[in-house]
Amino acid sequence: MDRRSFFKTTAKGVVATAAMATSASAAGPKKKFEITNEAVGILYDSTICVGCNACMPGCKKANDLDRTIFHGQKAWDKPIDLDSDNMNIIRKFTAGTGETQNQAEDGFAFVKGQCLHCIEPGCVAACPTTALVKNPRSGVVEYIKNQCIGCRYCQIGCPWDIPKFEWDEWYPEIVKCQLCDHLLEKGELPGCCSTCPTGASLFGPVPMLKKEANRRLQMKEGERYEYPVFGIESGFILKHRAAKYINHVYGEDELGGTQVTFLSSVPFKYLGLPEFPKQSFSGTSDGIQTSLYTGFIFPAAILATYSTVIYKNLKREKKEEEAKKQAKLSEKEDKDA
Amino acid sequence: MHKEEALGTHILTPVFIGAVTIIVLMVIALVFRFIFGLGAVSNMSDGYPWGIWIAYDVVVGSALACGGYVMALVVYVFNKGKYHPLVRPALLASMFGYTMAGVSVIFDIGRYFHAYNLFIPSRMNATSVMLEVALCITIYIMVLWLEFAPAIAEKWNMKRFAKYLDKSIFFLIALGVTLPMMHQSSLGTMMVISGFKLSELWQTNLLPILFLLSAIFMGFAMVIGEASVTSRVYKLGDETNMLTKLAQFLVVILTIFLVIHIQGLFSRGALDTLLDWDYKSTSYVLEILFMVCGLAILATKRLRESPRYLFLGACFVLIGASIFRFNVYLIGYDPGSNWSYFPSIGEQIVTYGLIAFEIAAFTFFVKYFPVFTKH
Repeated sequence: MDRRSFFKTTAKGVVATAAMATSASAAGPKKKFEITNEAVGILYDSTICVGCNACMPGCKKANDLDRTIFHGQKAWDKPIDLDSDNMNIIRKFTAGTGETQNQAEDGFAFVKGQCLHCIEPGCVAACPTTALVKNPRSGVVEYIKNQCIGCRYCQIGCPWDIPKFEWDEWYPEIVKCQLCDHLLEKGELPGCCSTCPTGASLFGPVPMLKKEANRRLQMKEGERYEYPVFGIESGFILKHRAAKYINHVYGEDELGGTQVTFLSSVPFKYLGLPEFPKQSFSGTSDGIQTSLYTGFIFPAAILATYSTVIYKNLKREKKEEEAKKQAKLSEKEDKDA
Repeated sequence: MHKEEALGTHILTPVFIGAVTIIVLMVIALVFRFIFGLGAVSNMSDGYPWGIWIAYDVVVGSALACGGYVMALVVYVFNKGKYHPLVRPALLASMFGYTMAGVSVIFDIGRYFHAYNLFIPSRMNATSVMLEVALCITIYIMVLWLEFAPAIAEKWNMKRFAKYLDKSIFFLIALGVTLPMMHQSSLGTMMVISGFKLSELWQTNLLPILFLLSAIFMGFAMVIGEASVTSRVYKLGDETNMLTKLAQFLVVILTIFLVIHIQGLFSRGALDTLLDWDYKSTSYVLEILFMVCGLAILATKRLRESPRYLFLGACFVLIGASIFRFNVYLIGYDPGSNWSYFPSIGEQIVTYGLIAFEIAAFTFFVKYFPVFTKH
């Protein structure tokens, strides 16, 4: 191979790898999701949740999920945690004697477990085949079964451990709350919100929910206020006595913010909602990956350098071997002579 | 001048037959896995979605298979021709190591019929570290087989194929030293997204650098370990002189790794976490201890030159670095709320089966194809 054909081959290789890379990077538009009035979410207010668990069968009915058999007792549906049959769960936190609701000492509080529909979702950043996507309008994190390879990297990438896997199926799927987007299309509310009798799970556009959450944070403890029920725009109102809120809306800026947010009167970490920084982990990981692979310039340059060096080294090696052979031959000839 | 040749000795040795027995057990476990699902044979759960099939077979296994990468780097890029006899055996071990990592992923992923989605450009997610690893390892496995192909062409006298290979081998080798750099570092980046679930002892943005460095020194350690065993078992003659030199490269890379790794503990303020003293701290100390012991042995000239201590030092390094990788993927990973994980018998059998397959295939190939050089 002469020098020219060498450069041709190298160039071809570089172009091919670069083309592969650009097609890959073109596939993933990295526009940050922006919250508009079309973005929907849920405001869960722990202080008015009575722990009736009505949202759980509501969710199962809306999403056609199997009941969870607990200790062989087939008559009851008794889930203990989120799993592939449970996309929504009410958990209870108790402390000490557990007498008074909304109290961190000797009290109890409820909390809802479900997908938070992050603004920068870890699962979406993690998924290699775009099987998890953030709906560009509603912001719902949706699952596309036919693109999923079942690698479970979304489970590693979710800071709240939301995506669940069907471990007992021969050909499993990922299961997670998709905010009942099939019902939203028909103008209905998510299964959990339409069944919540107190308005603890409140559905609505994210900006309106944010306003509502901030209104509640201003309320005076013990006074009666109006609380919307089901959806913020459905027009149903109940009156509740305001509890003593912790002055923070969980999900407002945790890991870049979420569309499902929480209010509570006991510290959020007691409810299994950890303290997180504002910068999302997926953002950090993304930063590393983009700085190394944008346009595939680094890898292509390294590959080209290696190719050149190795080509030269191999050529030199061959020359040396031939020279040795020649030397041996001439030695033989000398001897023969 | 060196020349590789097939050993041509008996293939049905006790080691080979033992390996085949384990492979049969693996097949039985896999039948259950593919009929009744992953939950039926493994202890993986929604808390620990990845078990030893990823942590050992892919993450540790691929690093143990970096011998081919580092030897190609030394011989062809840094032009140290005298290490030539070590290239083909290292390449062969890498080829099987990586192939088994790839096979293990097929067992591990739930929706294997949909794996083709990885290769459809419009579905590729550029932000996904998993995509980079998956594509890069797939291409690298093919490159490894092509890099080894000259030995096959030689044996079966395929002249035209050999000629094509000879023309393109420079590019194959170049790919063979570029791709591992990419996916080995990405294996580190992979866990950055897990955030607080990975203990502070290991969670850092420098994970890609730590994984790349560990892949390189594990590659050297593996070549030393492998060559020490094979030169005795197959009576190839003494290779200690060459291996001692490789140990010197290893010492340099391992030192850099340890400095970055331990320094990170201070700069992140994770020292408190270490002093909390739980199983994670123990595992961290164990990992460092093994690597430091290995370093101490290999950095001492007198010990490094004795074949016995050379082998011992390499083993210490391999054990320490393997614990490091296990720590990042399993032991240091804590999803909270009462989840726990220990590999089930079924999971273990599959992993043992894949290792057995590597050994059986390696011993067969070195007897049938020209791999080793006798001195």
